[in-house]
Amino acid sequence: MDGAQTDEKLTAKQYKSDYRPVWCPGCGDFSVLSAITKAMAELQLKREDTAVISGIGCSSRIPAYTSVYGFHGVHGRALALATGVKLARPELTVIVTGGDGDGFSIGGNHFLHACRRNVDLTYVVMDNQVYGMTKGQASPTTASEWEGSKLTPHGTGVNPFQPLAVALAAGANFIGRQFSGDPNACAKLIAEAIQHPGFSFVQILSPCVTFRPEQREWKQTVHTAPVEPTSDPGRAGKRLMSDDGLNMGVLYVGGRPVFQPPEGTGATLADIEQKFTL
Amino acid sequence: MSNSPQSDTVSIALTGAGGAGVVTAGQMLLEAAATAGLYGLMARSSGPQIRGGESAAFVRMGPRTVTNLADAFDIHIAFDWLNVERFAAEIPLDPHSVVICDPSAGAVPEVIENSGARIVPVPLKDLTKEIPGGRVNMVGLGALANLIGLPEGTMASTLKKILRRKGEEALKASNAGVQAGRQAVAEMGVVRALTLPDKPPQTERWSITGNEAAGMGAVRGGVRFVAAYPITPATEVLEWLAPNLEKIGGLLVQAEDELASINMAIGGSFGGVPSLTATSGPGLALMMESIGLALTSETPVVVVDVMRGGPSTGIPTKSEQSDLNIALYGLHGDAPHIVTAANSVADCLFTTQWTVHLAEAMQTVGLVLSDQSLGQTRTIVDRPADEPFQAQRLVAEAPLENYRRYAVTDSGVSPMAIPGTPGGEYVADGLEHSPIGRPSSQTEDHMAQLDKRLRKILLHEYGDHWAEITGADAPETVIVTFGSSTGPVREAAEEATAWGLKVKVVSLRLLMPAQTTKFEEAIAGADRLLVVEQTHSRQFYRYLRAYYDLPRDVRVLNRPGPLPIRPGEVLSMLKEWS
Ligand SMILES: Cc1ncc(C[n+]2csc(CCOP(=O)(O)OP(=O)(O)O)c2C)c(N)n1
Ligand code: SF4
Repeated sequence: MDGAQTDEKLTAKQYKSDYRPVWCPGCGDFSVLSAITKAMAELQLKREDTAVISGIGCSSRIPAYTSVYGFHGVHGRALALATGVKLARPELTVIVTGGDGDGFSIGGNHFLHACRRNVDLTYVVMDNQVYGMTKGQASPTTASEWEGSKLTPHGTGVNPFQPLAVALAAGANFIGRQFSGDPNACAKLIAEAIQHPGFSFVQILSPCVTFRPEQREWKQTVHTAPVEPTSDPGRAGKRLMSDDGLNMGVLYVGGRPVFQPPEGTGATLADIEQKFTL
Repeated sequence: MSNSPQSDTVSIALTGAGGAGVVTAGQMLLEAAATAGLYGLMARSSGPQIRGGESAAFVRMGPRTVTNLADAFDIHIAFDWLNVERFAAEIPLDPHSVVICDPSAGAVPEVIENSGARIVPVPLKDLTKEIPGGRVNMVGLGALANLIGLPEGTMASTLKKILRRKGEEALKASNAGVQAGRQAVAEMGVVRALTLPDKPPQTERWSITGNEAAGMGAVRGGVRFVAAYPITPATEVLEWLAPNLEKIGGLLVQAEDELASINMAIGGSFGGVPSLTATSGPGLALMMESIGLALTSETPVVVVDVMRGGPSTGIPTKSEQSDLNIALYGLHGDAPHIVTAANSVADCLFTTQWTVHLAEAMQTVGLVLSDQSLGQTRTIVDRPADEPFQAQRLVAEAPLENYRRYAVTDSGVSPMAIPGTPGGEYVADGLEHSPIGRPSSQTEDHMAQLDKRLRKILLHEYGDHWAEITGADAPETVIVTFGSSTGPVREAAEEATAWGLKVKVVSLRLLMPAQTTKFEEAIAGADRLLVVEQTHSRQFYRYLRAYYDLPRDVRVLNRPGPLPIRPGEVLSMLKEWS
């Protein structure tokens, strides 16, 4: 990274580090990385005032590939980690990245509560309907009949998780979906999500070419949602519950008040100690 | 223990059903003693019911700092006998004890009868009925005040202070109750007199619980961000911090679970704000993976563990020291970190403050062990001194070029860039990493970073605070203990000294990293070592064996919770041994 601060605009490339990703050639996450850095350039985020926080998984590797501050935490806890960063340092722009396993399985509870809490975070989930890093097991978003994993040779037999519908029900303030095959659209959506106050949730269908090669077909099957974004949770709910999972675009834009830490009263330690004095 | 140095204290147990208000009465008694210039404490014990159910308050008062319960209670007042057998073991009585009980509560239970204590029936309920708005605990309080010679004026002014917000009526009823109680036992005279000072101590005194003290220690140390998930008996640390952090411009956030609370705290600290969370055994177990993350990413964080009976859900409301093993060894991998233990209610303040300082100075994890008997006990103490220990993190300041977050330094501590610092952009990582913070599985990086993380905590100069050492300079016996067992051990040692035995007490505050040389100096010359701990499997003894050279002659006094170690047990072991 080039550290010198100039008045010149930062390019997307300058938001990337010179560290080479570990991903398989053709992995959708490459495009998501590009989209995130494009969004950063679009918004001209100050690198020192931006943090990318993640858990564990192929997709969770993203922080190291950017040139901003980052935290590569443990599996499933990225949202909690990011909540701490943002509450302690409200002036920072905090972006959370990860996979469907990290976010909806081991981290599922944090997903619900991050939506509810509505701290001003942007959560980008690279959904490939599989655990890539551990070599191809079913994730919460995997179709029930998928037989590609040794762990569930007859399919999971379990209904897939509906992240957008759940996000809406739990109180997320901005919900959108994109496909990594369209990095410009992804960048636009991520930039919008960053700008929207409160908790923004962006699902990006990001093919795992190694364990779900059939996901290359997404290129043909995804389509722009034939609707305008709505701020009506009722309508959004209906839309998301009848959604085919391939509708791209902003699907819900809410106006819930953002989690606000209380203001201090300017008391000193001596003031609070007073209560103990006999 | 009539000729003991602590015989100038008075111990009272109050028991009754939820509605009886024993805790309120106990608190008022303690406060009145404080008003009279005394020191003291009130421990509490409760049954499994969430609300209501039986509860007990244990009050001990005296002219000097009181750190623990005595061997036996001088007076036990039983407002009723609801499930008293559940407490019986916690209320040792002897033939010198007096039991005040209400005849309307039915027959005196056998356990109480068998103690040989003098049983005095007082119709507490009937007396209460005669007072409009009267409450039975106030009648009991009056009786107790009379039996211990607490001056009437002291009691009256205490009631006035405590009840000032409840209105005139309530105050009147309470005063009437206290008077009725006094009269009911007037004929007995004073059965166990308080040793009242001529004038109140000139020092500033505090009324504080261990959990409040831990909270206060945290903010004195510089903590301004706390993430919380409630758990008995740690909740009060968090409940105290929430409003008080807010006042001073900090923040407490309630998390969805301990997996979240520890990660939020780590996130806050990554943001540059000294951060902490508090929990008890089950929560600590959940946090372990992420504590390893803080340690490996060198993000300082402090966790206060207020121990309760374990394992599993165990005995949530009662004390035990059995989280020692998980605190010392609960992390996977080679994970050097700091473990401290508070040795008294008041010391929860210093130990927490010091641990914040240590964790921040070394950019590592500080685990503070407290327990239910410290955390939920209220004590009257001299105001804990201001100590210089503050969060002072070595930060990387702009301008930065070729910044290396995990640079391998001689001290092991590397300057940490805080978000907002241009040029310091790095990725904190729980994956093993190279000096610039890139994931690495290479032998050299692993070795260098393991060494660095160990070196920084081994090289730190911990000063005198690693232990509190009292007693003889050239001892025959050294008692080694930690945490809440320290109080009874010290009392026993004082008694033993009065008996002519040469005893020294070493109470370890810093458990990890082990201060081997200092420890061996402290026990030098002693032939005998007595280890005292409140665990079933001798966790502390095994830890001592692992890290220090001990004399040949070692004995162990250990017992799981919930019964506290009593001074008399330690004393008899010392006497037997000589
Ligand atoms: C506590 C814990 N359990 C299990 C693992 C192993 N693990 C690493 S990544 C992963 C799943 C990753 O899947 P996903 O989040 O969908 O990300 P992807 O690799 O597909 O991008 C698992 C189970 C771990 N690192 N930590
Ligand atoms: S395993 Fe799948 S998700 Fe992981 S890097 Fe390879 S293609 Fe991408």
